[in-house]
Amino acid sequence: MTESSANKPANGDACHRASGAKKPGRNGYVKSPHLIQQKHCHAKERSHHVITCNGGLYSRPFDESFEETPMLVAVLTYMGYGILTLFGYLRDFLREWKIEKCHIAREREEQRDFVPLYQDFENFYTRNLYMRIRDSWNRPICSVPGARMDLVERLSHDYNWTFQHMGKVIKDVINMGSYNYLGFAENSGACLEAAAEATAEYGVGVSSTRQELGNLDKHEELEKLVARFLGVEATMAFGMGFATNSMNIPALAGKGCLILSDELNHASLVLGARLSGSTIRVFKHNNMQSLEKLLRDAIVHGQPRTHRPWKKILIVVEGIYSMEGSIVRLPEVIALKKKYKAYLYLDEAHSIGALGPHGRGVIDYFGLDPRDVDILMGTFTKSFGAAGGYIGGKKELIDYLRTHSHSAVYATSMSPPVVEQIITSMKCIMGEDGTTVGQERIQRLADNTTYFRRKLREMGFIIYGNNDSPVVPVMLYMPAKIGAFSREMLKRNIGVVVVGFPATPIIESRARFCVSAAHTRDMLDVALSAISEVGDLLQLKYSRHRALLTADWSSDDTSYDGIEN
Amino acid sequence: MDVKNLKDYLHWLYYQYLLITSIYVLEPWEQTLFNTVLFTMVAMVIYTSYVFVPIHVRLALKFFSGLCGGQQESTVALIS
Repeated sequence: MTESSANKPANGDACHRASGAKKPGRNGYVKSPHLIQQKHCHAKERSHHVITCNGGLYSRPFDESFEETPMLVAVLTYMGYGILTLFGYLRDFLREWKIEKCHIAREREEQRDFVPLYQDFENFYTRNLYMRIRDSWNRPICSVPGARMDLVERLSHDYNWTFQHMGKVIKDVINMGSYNYLGFAENSGACLEAAAEATAEYGVGVSSTRQELGNLDKHEELEKLVARFLGVEATMAFGMGFATNSMNIPALAGKGCLILSDELNHASLVLGARLSGSTIRVFKHNNMQSLEKLLRDAIVHGQPRTHRPWKKILIVVEGIYSMEGSIVRLPEVIALKKKYKAYLYLDEAHSIGALGPHGRGVIDYFGLDPRDVDILMGTFTKSFGAAGGYIGGKKELIDYLRTHSHSAVYATSMSPPVVEQIITSMKCIMGEDGTTVGQERIQRLADNTTYFRRKLREMGFIIYGNNDSPVVPVMLYMPAKIGAFSREMLKRNIGVVVVGFPATPIIESRARFCVSAAHTRDMLDVALSAISEVGDLLQLKYSRHRALLTADWSSDDTSYDGIEN
Repeated sequence: MDVKNLKDYLHWLYYQYLLITSIYVLEPWEQTLFNTVLFTMVAMVIYTSYVFVPIHVRLALKFFSGLCGGQQESTVALIS
């Protein structure tokens, strides 16, 4: 990934917009743009990057950076993986020759000559690398996953093959990993009481599908509310977020259609696209030139052998990409979609509720019209503290999906307390419950995000992604540091999520922090000091751009190359 | 307190070595095995350089000085 710190003030308007730039409720974008805007007007022509200002598509600077992996770190990471592979071969050899006991699933002696059930080599990575640091994942939580949580303490006497629970609990661990962006994962308050009432009235199980007898009046109420929230004509809610994507894309596209999907799309989108049977072409992550080239090729050449025109072209993107923390370039995608007459499927799993001055997602963040996006998909898992997903769009589309979607026809509908939780939290965000709690939470999330990202950058970590995204990936790179980081943070009472291969490229393993509105400034400070301590202990501060990001940088060429420390 | 600081510093250096080579995730006997093999190889490299490098350097210097300085010198003097 190359250095692309694209700070775009968007247009000639930027110069005279600078004076009135502070709008109320700007989703935490509190940086004072005066100096930068004015100087950027001159710097524009001299900039290295040929990204134009796109004729006024962006109403605010789009600030993303993916710092390149330092060469020495990359070489050492490969060396580390090489050493672990050698030891993996050694252990496999010992297991094969029965010198060591094998804990992994094996076929029985009598079945040796049959077609193999367990592919030994494919599990090489799992057996020899993942198992050794397995205690960083699947930690049992025994409280509500709010800003603080309780973890069950596990001990392993055979190097993570089995765990024993000794009955002890680690209390009040600061939770930096839950997708709790607006802090609705709580066990007290209005949402909980409403959900309890709904359970008392409707019970918990629905015992049917939406098409048969599972359509409660609560579901209708929810769908109307979500439609109002998003600004679309109609929506439909499903019980599971993953199933919303994987079961609905096959209903929307089929053979003879083309799906243009981003490189780093989530597994549910990829699965849905594959199940649909359409042709899938992949464009580079968030790269509009690549997308435009694919669109032009598709329209000019048509289907592969017959050269007939495609039945439809569906562009599938996500609002926030959770592994990178990047935000989609939505204004440009919509401009391209309109120019080439394609359809747009926007998956707002992480961005709904978390972005935008009113919490309405990435469309609100860019100030666009929800009617420009054909299919708006999202989940209730992240910002609403519930479970499930929704699809929104025109009424004809939703009516079609009600009969043709696998999820609507075969899957059990959402449970009533969950529906009530979503209704209450959504009303809270919209401000319809009569308080300003929702707006405060949105503002607090934005402040927390800006503060957290700025502090981590100042400390010298390599952070990926957009400055406004509440998902913060901190790069670790080396395989031993994945396990070491997780364990050291737990010793300091902070729970983090670390990610390695195969969810990320092999050398780019990372720790992913999710900022929440439930975190107070003190909690973030405690977390930040612990992260800094562990960063020094493990030597994680790889960044070569330190002491940046105050409003008084001289914005000549150095604003793109970074300032050498 | 310098000894204590020194010990801590060495411990931290060893920890960095464990992390960078990814030995940190291995079981203790594997760590011992790797350390033994690495130490043996490093010891062999040091021994080889101790024994052979001075002789090679001396020969090289003689060769180059013979080449540049004395064109009159006979080749017999060079070999002895």
